[in-house]
Amino acid sequence: MFKTYKAQAWLLLAPALILLVAFTYLPIGNTIWRSVFGFGVQMGNQASPENYARLLDDPVFWQVLKNSALYALITVPASIFFALSMALWVNGKIAGTGFMRLSFFTPTMLPMISVANIWLLFYSSEIGLFNAVLGWFGVSGVNWLGNPDTALYSLMTMTIWKEAGFFMIFYLAALQTISPDLYKAAKTENASSLYIFRRITFPLLMPTTLFVFVNALLNSFKLIDHLFILTKGGPNNATNLLLYYIYENSFSFFDTAYASALTVILLLILIVMALIQFGVIERRVHY
Amino acid sequence: MRTNIKKLLTLGAIGLSFSALVQAKTELTMYYPVSVGGALTKVVDSIVDDFEQENPDIDVKAIYAGNYNDARVKALAALNSGQPAQLSVMFSIDVHELMDLDAIVPFDDVISTSADRQWLKSFHPALMENGIVNDKTYGIPFQRSTIVMYYNKDLFRAAGLDPEKAPSNWQELVEMGKKLTKKDSNGNVTQWGAMIPSTGYPYWMFGALTKEKGHKLMNQAGNKTYFDDPKAIAALEFWKDLGNKHQVMPKGMIEWGTLRQNFLEEKTAIMWHSTGNLTAVKKAANFDFGVAMLPADEERGSPTGGGNFYLFKNATTEEKQAALKLVKFMTSPKQAAKWSIETGYMGVSPAAYQTKELANYVESFPPAAIARDQLKYATAELSTHQSGRVRKLLDDAIQSVLNGQQDAKQALTSAQKQADRILSRYR
Repeated sequence: MFKTYKAQAWLLLAPALILLVAFTYLPIGNTIWRSVFGFGVQMGNQASPENYARLLDDPVFWQVLKNSALYALITVPASIFFALSMALWVNGKIAGTGFMRLSFFTPTMLPMISVANIWLLFYSSEIGLFNAVLGWFGVSGVNWLGNPDTALYSLMTMTIWKEAGFFMIFYLAALQTISPDLYKAAKTENASSLYIFRRITFPLLMPTTLFVFVNALLNSFKLIDHLFILTKGGPNNATNLLLYYIYENSFSFFDTAYASALTVILLLILIVMALIQFGVIERRVHY
Repeated sequence: MRTNIKKLLTLGAIGLSFSALVQAKTELTMYYPVSVGGALTKVVDSIVDDFEQENPDIDVKAIYAGNYNDARVKALAALNSGQPAQLSVMFSIDVHELMDLDAIVPFDDVISTSADRQWLKSFHPALMENGIVNDKTYGIPFQRSTIVMYYNKDLFRAAGLDPEKAPSNWQELVEMGKKLTKKDSNGNVTQWGAMIPSTGYPYWMFGALTKEKGHKLMNQAGNKTYFDDPKAIAALEFWKDLGNKHQVMPKGMIEWGTLRQNFLEEKTAIMWHSTGNLTAVKKAANFDFGVAMLPADEERGSPTGGGNFYLFKNATTEEKQAALKLVKFMTSPKQAAKWSIETGYMGVSPAAYQTKELANYVESFPPAAIARDQLKYATAELSTHQSGRVRKLLDDAIQSVLNGQQDAKQALTSAQKQADRILSRYR
C-alpha cells in the first residue's frame, strides 16, 4: 500500500520535475561546467579557473556590476514608492478613477521594445520631447543617453515609469481587501490620515510589498530589452548591465565560456538575494 | 463506408505525390539583416519571388533576422540546433569569426566553370576586400554601402554658402560648419553644422577619419590592429575637436538611430551616414539636399560597410549549387540595379551601373553615384578575429574620448594593448 502511494507521488511530481530538471537544473549544471572547462566556444578537457581569473581582471565586469547594483538600488524602491502612491490615489473616491487607473496601467501593457523606441525619441538631444520642454526654460542640449553621467539614470527613469503601473495593480487589489471597519474605527479614534497609513494600511500591505519587492528586484536584473534599443550598453559601458554583458559575451563575442562564468556570478547574486528575502524579510511580514 | 476508405486512399495518394513533388525541390533557407530604415524586406521578397519563378526547382525561405548582429546570432543558432540554413547575408566583417567557427566555405570551392571564376572578379574590388582571406573568396557583396556626407542645400544657401560645393577637406568642414551653426538669443544652438554619429557603429565612422588621415586600422589577415598609431590618435582628436574646440557639432555622443531624423528636421546641416539611408532620406526630405564624398585630410576615404553573402559548410553539394545560383541571381547586374535604386545601397558591380535602369536613375538622381565614385578611395571595414570584442574595445575607446573621460592617446593605446592580447594567439 505504502509503495503504491510513493509511486503515485512520483508520477504526480514527474511533469513539474522533468520540466525543472530539463530547463533549469541541467542548464545551470551545464553553465557551471562550461565556466570551468570551456574556453571561447570550445570545451577543454582540463578544469581551469581562467574564466574566473579573467573576471577579476576585467574592468568592464566591475563597471557592469556597479551599474547593476545602482540600477537595482534605485529602480526597486522608486517603483514601489510610485506604485503605492498611485494605488492610494486611484483607490480614493475621486472623479475619473477609471481613467486614471487606465492611464497608469498603460505603460505596462506596451511591449518594452516599443516603449524604448518611443523614449529614444523623447531623449533625443535635438528633436526630443524632454529637451523641447526644457528649452522653454532656457536649458538646451542635454544629451540624456549620450552622456555617461546621465545615461544610466535616464534608463532608470524609463524603467520606473514602465514598472510602477504594473505593481500599482497589486497594491490596488490589496487595498480593496482591507476591511473598511478598520478605517471607521480609526476615524472614531480621531487618528490622523498619516497615522492610519502608518499603523493600518502599510502593515496590512506588507505581503504585497514583499511580493512587489521580489518581482521588482528580479526584473531589475532580468529586463534588459530596452538596452538594445536605447544605448546598447554605451556610451563606454555607462549603461551596461550584467545580463546584457552576458549577452554580449555569448552572442557578439562568441565567448560562451566567459559568458558562463558571468552567468554563474549572476546566479550567485540572485541566490543570495533570494535567501535574504525569504530568510530575513519574510519573518517581518504579517500575513 | 467502403467508398469512404477508397476516397481516403485516393486523397492520401494524391497527397503523397504532392509531397514527393515538394521534396524534389531544393529548399534553401537564407537569413538576412536590415540595418537601416525603410521597407527593405519587401524588396528582398520580391527579388526572391523573381528567382523562384525562374527556378521552379528551388524553394527559397528568406528570413528577415533583425540587424547584423541578430542575423548572425540567428543563423548560427539555427546551424547549431541542426535547422537547415544554406546561405545567409551577414556582416561583411564577420568573415574571420565565421571561419574560426568553421561555419562557412569559400566560393572558390563551390564554383566549377571559368565563367564562374570570371563572375568572382566582376565586383568592385573595394567591396571584395572584406570578403577575401588567404586568396579565397568567402563573401560576395550584396547590401554594401560606404559612408557619405548628406548636406542640406537650403541651409547652405541660407548661410551664404554655395549649395553645389560641399566641404571637400577637413578645414572646409570646420569653416563651413561654423557658418552653418546657428544660435538663438540665449546662446543655445538651434542648428548644428555637422553630425557624425558616435553610437551604433563608432568604429566605422572612425575608419573613415583614419583613412582620410592615410591610415588603416588593421591588416588583411585580421590578426593585427593599429589603433595607437599617431595618425589614428590625430583622427580621433579631430573628431573630438569638432564638438569641443570648433563647436560645429554637439559635444559627446550623437545617436546613430535618430540622426536621420535630426537631418530631416534640419537640426543639422551635414550628416555622415550610410548610403543605405539614401532612398529613405530622398523620400522624406522636404528640402533640397545633396550628397557628397566625405571630406579629405591627407586623402579621401571611407570604409565600405554592409552585408555579404556567405555559404554555409554543412549544406549538401546540391544545396550549395542552388545557393550559388541564388547568390548569382541576387547579385546579377539587373537585380543589383533594382536593389540599389530601391535602397540606396551600392550596385555591387560596375556592370550594374551599366544597366539601363540604374544608368537612368543615376542620371536623374546624381547622388546615387557618389558612393560608387567614392569606392576608389575606400578601404576595408574593421574586421579581425574575435571581431566583436576587438570592435567593442575601439568603440569604448572612441566614446570615452568623445565624452571627455580620457584623452585620445591614452584611450587608443589601452585599446591597442587589449586588442594585442586578444589577437596574439592568431598570429
